Amino acid sequence: MVELWNGLMRAVELIVTFDPEVMEIAGRSLRISVTSAILASLICVPLASLIHFHQFRGKRFLINLIQTFYSVPTVVIGLFVFVFISRAGPLGWLGLLFSPPAIVIGQMLLIMPILLGLTISALRGVDRSIIDTARSLGASGLQTAIVILREARFAVMAAVIMGFGRAISEVGISLMVGGNIRGFTRVITTAISLETSKGDLELSIALGIILISIALIINIILNRVQQR
Amino acid sequence: MAFIETINLCQRYGEQDILDNINLSIERGEVFALIGPTGAGKTTLLRLIDLLDEPTSGKIYFDGTDTAESPAVRLALRRRMAFVLQKPVVFNLSVYDNVASALKWRGMRGQSLQEKVNKIIDVVGMSDYSSRNARHLSGGEIQRVAIARALAIEPEVLLMDEPTANLDPLSAGRIEELISNIIRKYTTTIIMATHDLPQGQRLADRVGVLMNGELLQSGSARDVFNSPRSKEVAEFVGVENIIEGVIASSEENIVTIASKGRSIEAISDYAVGEEVCACIRPEDVILSLSRVSSSARNSFEGEISWLVSMGPLTRVELQCGFPLVAMVTRRSAEEMGLAKGKKIFAAFKATGVHVIRRN
Repeated sequence: MVELWNGLMRAVELIVTFDPEVMEIAGRSLRISVTSAILASLICVPLASLIHFHQFRGKRFLINLIQTFYSVPTVVIGLFVFVFISRAGPLGWLGLLFSPPAIVIGQMLLIMPILLGLTISALRGVDRSIIDTARSLGASGLQTAIVILREARFAVMAAVIMGFGRAISEVGISLMVGGNIRGFTRVITTAISLETSKGDLELSIALGIILISIALIINIILNRVQQR
Repeated sequence: MAFIETINLCQRYGEQDILDNINLSIERGEVFALIGPTGAGKTTLLRLIDLLDEPTSGKIYFDGTDTAESPAVRLALRRRMAFVLQKPVVFNLSVYDNVASALKWRGMRGQSLQEKVNKIIDVVGMSDYSSRNARHLSGGEIQRVAIARALAIEPEVLLMDEPTANLDPLSAGRIEELISNIIRKYTTTIIMATHDLPQGQRLADRVGVLMNGELLQSGSARDVFNSPRSKEVAEFVGVENIIEGVIASSEENIVTIASKGRSIEAISDYAVGEEVCACIRPEDVILSLSRVSSSARNSFEGEISWLVSMGPLTRVELQCGFPLVAMVTRRSAEEMGLAKGKKIFAAFKATGVHVIRRN
């Protein structure tokens, strides 16, 4: 108990004094996961619109499949990406293994189903008469799609934030394809895992507090967004 | 060819015929009211005219162009129209942005856009609400925004589906006033659907009665209301006395209709033996306490079966072999001492009887 208390005190000290190592790890985590979330959104929002606005065979099955991947274990994605980018893998020549871009790719794959699925749900939630209204006022197909996306903007934003939350809190991918290299690919979650096993609880707790704070901020933003 | 013309237009959903062989011509600048009960197919027809849906069969010509030509043609034609839906929805944007959206889709930007939007918002009396989120407005205000949004694009055709159906009487009155101002101010062709007959009468140059997916009659409001062509139309336009009978004799277009042992004289060119309905407007029936000799060809003795006061008027139902409804002023009813069970005489002129053939 004393150890935990001391750890907590030291952790707060590390945070309020802007300890360089803590800030560096937290900063990298944010950079990597924000990048993953933005890149995944740039792919998923148009892709989800494409799926939503077109009728094709197997559409329902595809959506079911996407939803199934919401809970895919991070280590499975880690393994999958590892196989592809390891030296012997098909993308080995890119030399991505154990680099921040490798983590970004893994996190993108992890959150893409969530982003796709939730964006499709968001678009589906838009009243059918909005579509009629836009068309009746002379909107073209693309303009109508933009109207619907705009109507669903808060729900789509919530999907992106959810994706970011999932990305920053995962550990499997960062560990397996990032390699937890100090000063290069070490992120909050992998650092906590390593420092705890080394017995350095103070640093772990400090990083844990930062991670929880990020989660809290995300939740506050999410709630605000969903209330609009 | 008329400005808008539908030829044998049919719409089917599954096994159900929603619209059946609709042939409609609407001239440029005309105000046309599509009247009919709920579920008659009014909305379906408006959606087809606005090119939102495609018909199962039949053709729609807009300004001489076949609307089925290509999606690009349909979009170009749709851009010349605007449609205010029955339950208008507004985009989750400010009132200004709602009104501006359709203009932006047509490439309008800058100062001219701003001036135009502000002017239209002013026309519908929403200037004080310009920057408010349109989602937070009341039903009547949303209707105003929807009308402004439609007017902003200066449509050649304005389609309105039950513009006052979902509003309280006060808001409905204001919207109707707004529409009548629009009719006076702009030369837009207007096609509106309404189940409110007097509204159709007040606003439209011409009305069309749509029932069960069929356009039963169209013409000037006066014609449709005074000379309904079928029993259904007569019932819908509020003819309360529809007496079924058979033409018993005919002489120089004066016919005698036999109904339940009574004879009704009317002007008609139907032949003897034809099954018909005699339609008599309640306000054309004259009541008297004794049989009076007058020019009215029809006079019957009857007994009052029901009496209802309706503001300044009294609605009197009597049984004179067939049921007959008369409308008299409340003062007359009081002076004559009308009461349930009282024997009375009812008279109406042969020219006051509108005869229609039974199906």
